[in-house]
Amino acid sequence: MAAIPGGADHAHDHAHDQPSGIMRWVTTTNHKDIGSMYLWFSFAMFIVGGIMALVIRAELFQPGLQVVDPDRFNQMTTLHGLIMVFGAIMPAFVGFANWMIPLMIGASDMAFARMNNWSFWLLPPAAILLSTSLLVPGGAAASGWTLYPPLTVQMGMGMDMAIFAVHILGISSIMGSINIVTTILNMRAPGMTLMKMPLFCWTWLITAYLVIAVMPVLAGAVTMILTDRHFGTSFFNAAGGGDPVLYQHIFWFFGHPEVYIIAIPAFGVVSQVIPAFSRKPLFGYASMVYATSSIAILSFIVWAHHMYTVGMPVAGQLYFMFATMLIAIPTGVKVFNWVATMWRGSLTFETPMLFSIGFLFLFTLGGFSGLVLSMTAVDVQLHDTYYVVAHFHYVMVAGALFSAYAGAYYWLPKWTGHMYDEKLGKLHFWLSIVFFNMTFFVQHFLGLAGMPRRIPDYALQFAEFNMISSIGAFGFGLSQLVFLVVALKCIRGGAKASAKPWDGAEGLEWTVPSPAPHHTFETPPVIK
Amino acid sequence: MGLSLLSGLVRAEMKFNLQEPATELGHKVYDLHLMMTIVCGVIFVAVFGVMFWSVFVHRKSAGHKAATFHESTTVEILWTIVPVFILLGMAWPATKTILAMRDTSNPDITIKVTGYQWKWGYDYLKGPGEGISFVSNLSTPQPQVRNEAAKGGEYLLEVDNELVVPVGKKIRILTTANDVIHAWWVPALAVKQDAIPGFIRDTWFRAERTGTFRGQCAELCGKEHGYMPVVVKVVSDEEYAVWVEGKQKAMASAADDPNKVYALPELAPRGEKVFAANCAACHQANGKGLPPAFPPLDGSKVVLGPQDEQIKVLLNGRPGTAMASFKGRLSDTELAAVITYTRNSWSNATGEVIQPSDIKMARGE
Repeated sequence: MAAIPGGADHAHDHAHDQPSGIMRWVTTTNHKDIGSMYLWFSFAMFIVGGIMALVIRAELFQPGLQVVDPDRFNQMTTLHGLIMVFGAIMPAFVGFANWMIPLMIGASDMAFARMNNWSFWLLPPAAILLSTSLLVPGGAAASGWTLYPPLTVQMGMGMDMAIFAVHILGISSIMGSINIVTTILNMRAPGMTLMKMPLFCWTWLITAYLVIAVMPVLAGAVTMILTDRHFGTSFFNAAGGGDPVLYQHIFWFFGHPEVYIIAIPAFGVVSQVIPAFSRKPLFGYASMVYATSSIAILSFIVWAHHMYTVGMPVAGQLYFMFATMLIAIPTGVKVFNWVATMWRGSLTFETPMLFSIGFLFLFTLGGFSGLVLSMTAVDVQLHDTYYVVAHFHYVMVAGALFSAYAGAYYWLPKWTGHMYDEKLGKLHFWLSIVFFNMTFFVQHFLGLAGMPRRIPDYALQFAEFNMISSIGAFGFGLSQLVFLVVALKCIRGGAKASAKPWDGAEGLEWTVPSPAPHHTFETPPVIK
Repeated sequence: MGLSLLSGLVRAEMKFNLQEPATELGHKVYDLHLMMTIVCGVIFVAVFGVMFWSVFVHRKSAGHKAATFHESTTVEILWTIVPVFILLGMAWPATKTILAMRDTSNPDITIKVTGYQWKWGYDYLKGPGEGISFVSNLSTPQPQVRNEAAKGGEYLLEVDNELVVPVGKKIRILTTANDVIHAWWVPALAVKQDAIPGFIRDTWFRAERTGTFRGQCAELCGKEHGYMPVVVKVVSDEEYAVWVEGKQKAMASAADDPNKVYALPELAPRGEKVFAANCAACHQANGKGLPPAFPPLDGSKVVLGPQDEQIKVLLNGRPGTAMASFKGRLSDTELAAVITYTRNSWSNATGEVIQPSDIKMARGE
């Protein structure tokens, strides 16, 4: 098909074969349509998970119980975590992958177009299962997103719904990842060697391998909970010869790479955006690839640093501390490379660049608090406190979310054919960064002072910082609506975007018109 | 090291740092954290100083033209190697602290801490005070939680029975749990240890000054996770001896005669106390529960049905639900009292009195 001459006409013909209306979206196998659906889905889940976060912060605005009872509160923290990780951030980056990887490597579509459709359409049922579990008798899972037994054995059917949802989401991400690996390895345009690929493709190639390696582990762990709950097994029940800590080992063997499944594509987006607005090639491309791969490999051997207080042998604690500290080295290399890319560039500060700099600044801060937490003796003090909450929100929100926004603003002109409203975009950035820090920076102090996480009510000495944090959270939540306005405005109209609206941008995606036509690269481009 | 001077300055305003340590190990952790924070802070300022320099100077609007360099092997090797040495410098004190932290040998007193949903049980196993055993509950009144009364100064960090230990003695804490995972945590003593059902873990502390130190359960353990504080009172040796004597006497006089036959007016008020301390968190003081997770006892089929059934539920719990087994937590008399209370409270009026001997028989089965 790719060899048929006159590709543009061919594409035009195809547009008429499409079913219209809702069936177009249900049956589509087009990577751009599916990418858009992923992005909209993840934004919707981001709003749902965000509302849950606001319920949490509303309850924590003052000491005492005001908004929800403690059981509901625990359901909110659990679902907020599950929805943000599996429903918002992961699908967002799969959306970017769907849209951009074929455009970046000069492929006509993803390798398995029908499977692509299926991996997306698995998501809504999982999302419905998770959200409606709030309404069933006993309420939703209330054990934290980590789902530690034996607490998970006590829950009602909401827990089973969460387990089933995790299974479905896992299958979806595994299929998505197989698709990405196959596309990248087989469908690159002639002449595009692996080491000529845009870094975003590299980061996704590595991420996809991580997903394929660890999602089945999570599925196994939650299945064991399911059988402990209903079929009389005792994997995690000491009375039957099992061990509750075994679950934590299995979970975090998934959980730590999961952190990088979220972070590595974010690195990829930023590695596209910073060179574009510095008008200078990415510094240390090869070392970026090696650093990313090292981070991915190291992520498999550090899991028990989430478990310093379970009572591991001291040799285990020392090993996991040293291994964890090692991650600082490749991560440092990446940060230095980004800064060196900006050094002596010709910088401009459009919204994507602002979000990338915000990412760089805050992600590094989260990295440093991670280094502090890697110290076993210090972590024993800070484990399960708000310090940890602050740490992973710096990595997840300021890391993954900010970079997703950087990517969204960067590629919106390519997706819609219009320029977004730069003023509103900048407003979105400044509101986000101010309120983000207001929400989460003070949580470091709360954790240091001794406030445990996952509590609906707290001692009076924590009152001031919690109030500041709650105000910040509402500000941050509302600021995200600015993005919705920008995105809708941009889809409906605005200044026409040229094929390459950013003068410093590099890559094949900028060689096709904006908006990108329904079918692109039916004849693969040739890379010198 | 200069750090101690600096840490003295930071300690003036405690809200921004770890709590003031009360153990030698706590000081080590405190200084380690401070050292890490300062080193990370310096690197952060240096790296982002470079970045912001670039942001202000190398901007297009200032007319800066982009350079074209995109790699430098020397620089790249340098910024891979230098962090290795910085990390080695950090790892050294960190390793020493961990080794000290995990040395639980030669304790003066050994205490077993058991996590229950949602309270702590303390058993003095070895050393002065051996044999003392009690349960420690949150003592903050419910109206304060529900904002119907002004909150006291130690809101949520106060208990009915504090753990009392002597100053300067090595206290080894064995942790375990009865139902789900809890974590026993006192920030000022620099101890946090998960309490895992079916397993025993240990940790230790040696308080260097007297005082009351407060912490909380740190591992999510269900609905009332936020309401199970840990309070440790460190006293002088003399005070400790007095406390031990008083506690042992109180325990002896509180011991019930398991063969006594009670009448309803005698047993029900005792049952009400047991109910308030053990049951009310879920089943509520008014007996209405919080359905569907926590069923009502008022009008309940089990409570109004055959006695044996209800006794079995209390002894064995209901696996797969939050209803725990109270076999090891309550005495025969306490169980008899609380069952009697539930069968004769709210709208329940069976008039039945369950005797400690009934429980004893049920246990025997």
